[in-house]
Amino acid sequence: MQLAMWTYEGPPHVGAMRIATAMRGLHYVLHAPQGDTYADLLFTMIERDAKRPPVTYTTFQARDLGADTAAIFKTACADAEARFKPDAMIVGASCTAELLQDDPGGLAAALGLSIPVVALELPSYQKKENWGAAETLYRLVRSFAAGPTPEGRNPASCNILGPTALGFRHRDDVEEICRLLVSIGVTVNVVAPLGASVHDLTRLPQAAFNVVLYPEIAATSASFLKERHGQPFTKTVPIGSGACRDFVAEVAQMAGLDVEAALAKIQSRAPWYAASIDSNYLTGKRVFIFGDATHAIAAARIARDELGFTVCGLGTYTREFARDVRAAAKTYGLDALITDDHLEVEDAIIAAQPELVLGTQMERHVAKRLKVPCAVISSPVHVQDFPARYSPQMGPEGANVIFDSWVHPLMMGLEEHLLGMFRDDFEFHDGANPSHLAPASQKTVEPEAPQIVAQGAPNWAQEAESELKKIPFFVRGKARRNTERFAADHGLSTITIETLYDAKAHYSR
Amino acid sequence: MTTVLDRTTSPATPSTSPAPLLRERGQREVFCGLTSIIWLHRKLQDAFFLIVGSRTCAHLMQSAAGVMIFAEPRFATAIIEDRDLAGMADLHDELDRIVARVVARRPEIRMIVLVGSCPSEVIKLDLSKAAERLQARGQYAGVRFLTYTGSGIETTFTEGEDRFLASLVTALPAQEQNAKPRLLVAGCLADVVEDQFRRIFTALGIEQVDFLPMRESTVMPSVGPSTTVLLAQPYLTETARLLQSRGCQLLHPLFPLGEEGTTAWLRAAADAFGVDPGRFEAITRPGRDRARIAMTRARSELEGKSLFLFPDSQLEPALARVLSREAGMVPLEVGTPFLNRLHLSSELDLLPSDVTLSEGQDVDRQLDRLRDAAPDLTVCGMGLANPLEAEGFATKWSIELVFTPIQGYDQAGDLAELFMRPLRRRALLQTGRA
Repeated sequence: MQLAMWTYEGPPHVGAMRIATAMRGLHYVLHAPQGDTYADLLFTMIERDAKRPPVTYTTFQARDLGADTAAIFKTACADAEARFKPDAMIVGASCTAELLQDDPGGLAAALGLSIPVVALELPSYQKKENWGAAETLYRLVRSFAAGPTPEGRNPASCNILGPTALGFRHRDDVEEICRLLVSIGVTVNVVAPLGASVHDLTRLPQAAFNVVLYPEIAATSASFLKERHGQPFTKTVPIGSGACRDFVAEVAQMAGLDVEAALAKIQSRAPWYAASIDSNYLTGKRVFIFGDATHAIAAARIARDELGFTVCGLGTYTREFARDVRAAAKTYGLDALITDDHLEVEDAIIAAQPELVLGTQMERHVAKRLKVPCAVISSPVHVQDFPARYSPQMGPEGANVIFDSWVHPLMMGLEEHLLGMFRDDFEFHDGANPSHLAPASQKTVEPEAPQIVAQGAPNWAQEAESELKKIPFFVRGKARRNTERFAADHGLSTITIETLYDAKAHYSR
Repeated sequence: MTTVLDRTTSPATPSTSPAPLLRERGQREVFCGLTSIIWLHRKLQDAFFLIVGSRTCAHLMQSAAGVMIFAEPRFATAIIEDRDLAGMADLHDELDRIVARVVARRPEIRMIVLVGSCPSEVIKLDLSKAAERLQARGQYAGVRFLTYTGSGIETTFTEGEDRFLASLVTALPAQEQNAKPRLLVAGCLADVVEDQFRRIFTALGIEQVDFLPMRESTVMPSVGPSTTVLLAQPYLTETARLLQSRGCQLLHPLFPLGEEGTTAWLRAAADAFGVDPGRFEAITRPGRDRARIAMTRARSELEGKSLFLFPDSQLEPALARVLSREAGMVPLEVGTPFLNRLHLSSELDLLPSDVTLSEGQDVDRQLDRLRDAAPDLTVCGMGLANPLEAEGFATKWSIELVFTPIQGYDQAGDLAELFMRPLRRRALLQTGRA
């Protein structure tokens, strides 16, 4: 058993639902107990969908268990086909139905429906949401795109694979990347699963190569298509200016286009914004990054190479891509944090003492508690991260959106300087919110983030403690930790003002 | 997927109401009982609710609890994993380990409630044994262990509270012989509503009043033959049954929604405690007047508007009664996940005779009926609300009715306001819809 107050991913059948809801003409019959329909509101409320997800639940109850739950499933299948007249159906079980072992695939096959039925095996007690989405997409692609490879494909045509319902900024990423691809002369054949029909899936082999936007969802399907139809697929995810250039170069090469000409098409303001002198103060800001593997790896690269931050922590809850994140973390001199336990992430954030946290909805709330600025870079996210405005993360405009949204929570340069000089202003004081973010904060707040006090840590002399308070609060945690480590290394039992400045000199070398 | 038209009335309701009952079975678009934890853990401030279930249960809780979950809530899920199912780990040992972690993390907790889920029930994990064992071992001094089921297969939404309160009832101490008459109000109420009722009871001279659930788990009211029970919520079938089995007297007035309901509810208690009618009249008069004024305003906006309620909380019949009798709305169909004819006998008597009462659900068929009926306002869950708005129907999402103080005189206006707002908003917005 695992104790969870919060989970980064839902169960795998929610992943399957994200595929079904993303597509057109595909219906999902889910063997599940009463209550599992809560998942509908992920789509109708968080993503604000204007229609119900194409999911029929059997919603069996206790009194059904003694009778024939298999019959309930069969009736639900037949009714769903008659009512919704889908082009194809996927069938599967949720965690509780998995225990009943009614075999949805076999039961649906026995009905002899006139439409194709794809059976899903999603082990709920081992796997999670992203895996469920990837597996579902793979089963569909296998079922509908396995036909003969067409002759004479246009070398400059591709599919876009990975965007789903309930994906973090998938809607706008697709638009941005389609625009980018078209601008460099690449034709988009099929986007899947978002907006695709079953018929569209059968057209997948007509493209020369595949663009994988979200490896968590589409890597398995892309590998299958490569093996079956010889379609290569992109490895770079175009989040950030550098990654965007690499992506365009990779695509141009695959499509047989002129790479330099393609690169010249990229127009983004983000590089100039980061180079302008106003961004000077961003240099070396310590940033902690956590999210799904794709977004975390991309964020780390942007943070260091495009904004000049120092990456002080990097991790993911996506165990399937743990290896990639570990490799990335090494390049920043870090050990990757691979966990789906948010309490561990919280501890790691406290230990790293970052000045900015880039994470999921969960880290947003940890950061709020620790009074550290934060921006959301990855699922899971809440309703405010399905915005009305155009907000891609990918492509040139995505880089612009990222610059704005990551810099926004930080205290602006002049205010930061003034706080370092004058500490006792009644409005613009330590721990008050940056003045561009919130109205004058209510009462005096305790600005100190919770500290992990090691056993046998040195004592702080009164005047040293006061001196520490003169350090701007967003780097104070780091200073405290460094000083304590310095004192411990030098066998000092009490920290004086001298120790504080000795440590400062020591660590600034 | 059977549909049964049931025109027979049970002996409990010698009702003149010929309202036909439509019983349906099919897809039910409802929450499971686990969701009741969202409000219960706030009411009982020293209790921790530990769901023993799957990742789906944990995901449900964080999806339904929205933003609140991040404030380190007093609930969590012990997620069953493959190794637990394969017998590689002893489920009871695992549970002990998890409980130890919870206690270490939240030492201020005085009650740990093990909440059963669909998976834990299907694999027949005996949580009451686990609770007994944890209690008997005495390792956690001062912590009481309780258990109940919030599974979807057993419970619908508010029924989770019923099962929890039923579990509490078994833990309540017995009354001493010849104890003074006491009033027990069962059903979770907002603190402000509870305080209002307590003031009214005191003014009426009913001094010994207990509320279930209580705010602190360590303050347990005693129950027995001297206890008169007033249900504040319509979904307490099991709780009421257990209270009666302990000798308590149960009253069956209207539920305290709106002016009429609140008065009938208070009067039932007043009559049981022999309160002088003149005194009752004097004490309740100001509240009744205020509620009437609020409802008159609501009537100007709601009168004649038709209403369709999807099943959700079992509050639906009582809501339909208030909205039709006090605000002049016209209920077309009143859905409820479960219909307790005994507890609702007074309510059913007051429903318009031409309303369709439906128990259970086949959501697609019910949506067909909704489209045929084309009501002015639809009360439904969040899975249906936006899709129906997009189809052109005004909706009021139902879960808000459980999270908002709506009982009593001074909330009558707020109750009506919940139904006025979506209609007013529709009239206000000039731009197109999705």
